Amino acid sequence: MSEEKKPEKKVQRRDFIFTASYALGAVGVGAAVWPLIDQMNPDRSVKALASTEVDVSSLEPGKSITVLWRGKPVFIKRRTQEEIQEARNVNLDELPHPEKDEDRTKNPEWLVMLGICTHLGCVPLGDKGEYNGWFCPCHGSHYDTSGRIRKGPAPTNLEVPKYEFVNSNTIKIG
Amino acid sequence: MKKVIKFFYLILICSFFFSHSVFGEEKTKLLTTDWSFKGFFGKFDRGSLQRGYQVYTEVCASCHSMKYLSYRNLSETGGPEFSEEQAKAIASNFEVTDGPNSDGEMFTRPAKLSDKFADPYSNIEEAKLSNGGAYPPDMSVLVKARSGGADYIYSVLLGYEDPPDNMILDDGVYYNKYMYGNKIKMPKQLYEDLVTYSDGTPATPEQMAKDVVTFMAWSAEPHLEARHKIGFRAIVYLLIITVLVYFSMKKIWSRVESEI
Amino acid sequence: MSDHNYVPSSKLGKWFNDRLPLLTLADHLKQYPTPKNLNYWWTFGGILTFCLITQIITGIVLGMHYVAHADLAFDSVEHIMRDVNYGWLIRYVHANGASMFFLAVYIHIFRSLYYGSYKAPREVIWIIGMIIYLLMMMTAFMGYVLPWGQMSFWGATVITNLFSAVPFFGEGITNWLWGGYSVDNPTLTRFFSLHYLLPFLILGLVILHIWALHVPGNNNPIGIDLKKPSKDTVPFHPYIVIKDLFALLLFLIVFAFFVFYSPNILGHSDNYIEANPLVTPAHIVPEWYLLPFYAILRSVPDKLLGVIAMFASIFILVILPWLDTSKVRSAIFRPIYKQLYWILVLDVLILGYMGAMPAEGIYLLIARVATVYYFVHFLVILPLLGKREKTLSIPVSITEPVLGGSPSPEAVRERKEFS
Repeated sequence: MSEEKKPEKKVQRRDFIFTASYALGAVGVGAAVWPLIDQMNPDRSVKALASTEVDVSSLEPGKSITVLWRGKPVFIKRRTQEEIQEARNVNLDELPHPEKDEDRTKNPEWLVMLGICTHLGCVPLGDKGEYNGWFCPCHGSHYDTSGRIRKGPAPTNLEVPKYEFVNSNTIKIG
Repeated sequence: MKKVIKFFYLILICSFFFSHSVFGEEKTKLLTTDWSFKGFFGKFDRGSLQRGYQVYTEVCASCHSMKYLSYRNLSETGGPEFSEEQAKAIASNFEVTDGPNSDGEMFTRPAKLSDKFADPYSNIEEAKLSNGGAYPPDMSVLVKARSGGADYIYSVLLGYEDPPDNMILDDGVYYNKYMYGNKIKMPKQLYEDLVTYSDGTPATPEQMAKDVVTFMAWSAEPHLEARHKIGFRAIVYLLIITVLVYFSMKKIWSRVESEI
Repeated sequence: MSDHNYVPSSKLGKWFNDRLPLLTLADHLKQYPTPKNLNYWWTFGGILTFCLITQIITGIVLGMHYVAHADLAFDSVEHIMRDVNYGWLIRYVHANGASMFFLAVYIHIFRSLYYGSYKAPREVIWIIGMIIYLLMMMTAFMGYVLPWGQMSFWGATVITNLFSAVPFFGEGITNWLWGGYSVDNPTLTRFFSLHYLLPFLILGLVILHIWALHVPGNNNPIGIDLKKPSKDTVPFHPYIVIKDLFALLLFLIVFAFFVFYSPNILGHSDNYIEANPLVTPAHIVPEWYLLPFYAILRSVPDKLLGVIAMFASIFILVILPWLDTSKVRSAIFRPIYKQLYWILVLDVLILGYMGAMPAEGIYLLIARVATVYYFVHFLVILPLLGKREKTLSIPVSITEPVLGGSPSPEAVRERKEFS
């Protein structure tokens, strides 16, 4: 064991075979660990449910529905003319997260957005708050009729997901 | 090194002693064919899988479910690999129950890629009623659920014969050379040219049996190709690092005078 | 080189080590003097540690996707096999890992039997090992129930019914085990809970097993007591570490062949049929590693006595240190014991084979003979042999291969005092 007590010398004499073993060993451990990490990613059955089609033909102006997409609530609101006007007349300088209402909708009558408060993930309540839009009861964030943050701790506007109109009555989210 | 080899062989012999002695018994010699998915580099034959799917839908699916398959699986790598459009088109041929809708009622709609294969019966009792009391087993893992695997199912599909003279069969029971107990409630299914293959392959009973069993083998083990590929790499890797570690060990132990 | 005087080189290390001496422990493990003549049969301790950790990690991962409910368990296993990323790989590693674990543990136990590692002063190591083995069997059995296939269900039914052999309380015990009047959902959920718990108990016992080992130190192929540290020993790191690693890699090659090229060969095809309480499979066979005990159970014609014989066959191993009266450890110096050892190995293999065969005719007869021999070996032959056997002369030390020692370890120890 006495030769074990001279680490300086050992380091210098550590030659190719040890370096190669260590390097290859590290690669192997990495390859073995990856499946254990990747198994927690969304699996194939979850990924397959990536899009949802919603029939909105029965929705009256001023009303909204909430549908589930990828386990998250999505607000679909058919806005009245007043609500659209209100959203469009806002001076962008007043907004914490300036976005034009035109950029947040494909058809001004239909507002589609994730019903998840950008603060900490609660679901805001509809037709509430100081801006006639949504109000998050958890920490008091107010959103306007375009789903933009106006007051409260939330940092950004409600997120607009990828969606398209399959036909005039059906919206495909995702 | 001699010792090491001896030792390695011992482990191998021990493991094979058990696996073979315990599960290696077969009564009647099963029929077999040149399965493309056997062996170290075994892969599924795409053409065979696609034809097998056709045989399943046109022949088997009226009685047998495949409840663990989804239509999306048909376009996934390692499977029949239909294009996504083809898989969508296939799915839309089937009706699945969805709902309830806003009126509180269940409704049917064409299937989507994310849907499971449509079931021929709504429950086991209905399936039994329609099949003389026998429940047609789900086919998704059937290859793994029968000892003999693919060969066994291939044999049963082709094993219909006239019963021996001393055997009296009830109505709705058929003689099969390879079936356990030789009695089967499923009548012979595969007749010459029962299906028309779009790729022009002649639809002999042997060909159809081979195709549908290949399809079932994939359905029972959808990641078989990935398994063979990763396995080959893993073993090559292990062999290389074992050699490296062996020489590292020799080097380290050379500091001690004794032989290991 | 005593463990207790270890002083970390860094100030922070010293500060920490004064409060929790983990660095002292690490140094002890590195310096631990190990006999330098250990052969490859001694590498299975390390391999088993690897197996346990692999089973725990893959098991925790599977537990993230598995659903312990009679209606959903089978489907959730198929979900793991089909949809979960690398789910098939993780499940096959876990399922075959159980078999590899038992393969390694049997080699480990039979190594101990050959070289007399269970003898004084290592009885406690042996007994802890036997408890670990018992817990392993329970864990494996309950794990096999979880996929809720036909073999799961009927294996669970048959094994839990063993307890119905208990006089008076039998029915009460089985109903208590099942949480009902048959194996059903309550049984599955409690088995899942216990299957998750027991491995951590095993892990704790493994730590005790190693602790108990580090008190007297390793036995070795010639079975003599060594002066530690001395010319006969090497520090655990790097000598034994690298050797264990090499053996582990060879073991992994075998493991990989099973996982990637015949992942279902050690299982039973009926377990891919969902559990059905109305239909019993034609042959109920336990997993291969339980077959010898299953053969003992079936070879006794009386229900209660069969169960007793099966449990006795395990318990007998616990008291083995007192059944074997020989003072000489290693079979190398016990010519007759060496022969009998291989007969015992053969006997256990035969029992295993008979456990897989139908319990009738010639199979049953052979199983009975093998069962009787198993008990005779431990209860009659070993106690008598130890007193009568003429052993070969034992060397004084590993580095001194000259024969000239005395057959008795005590005598050897005395001689060493003078050298």
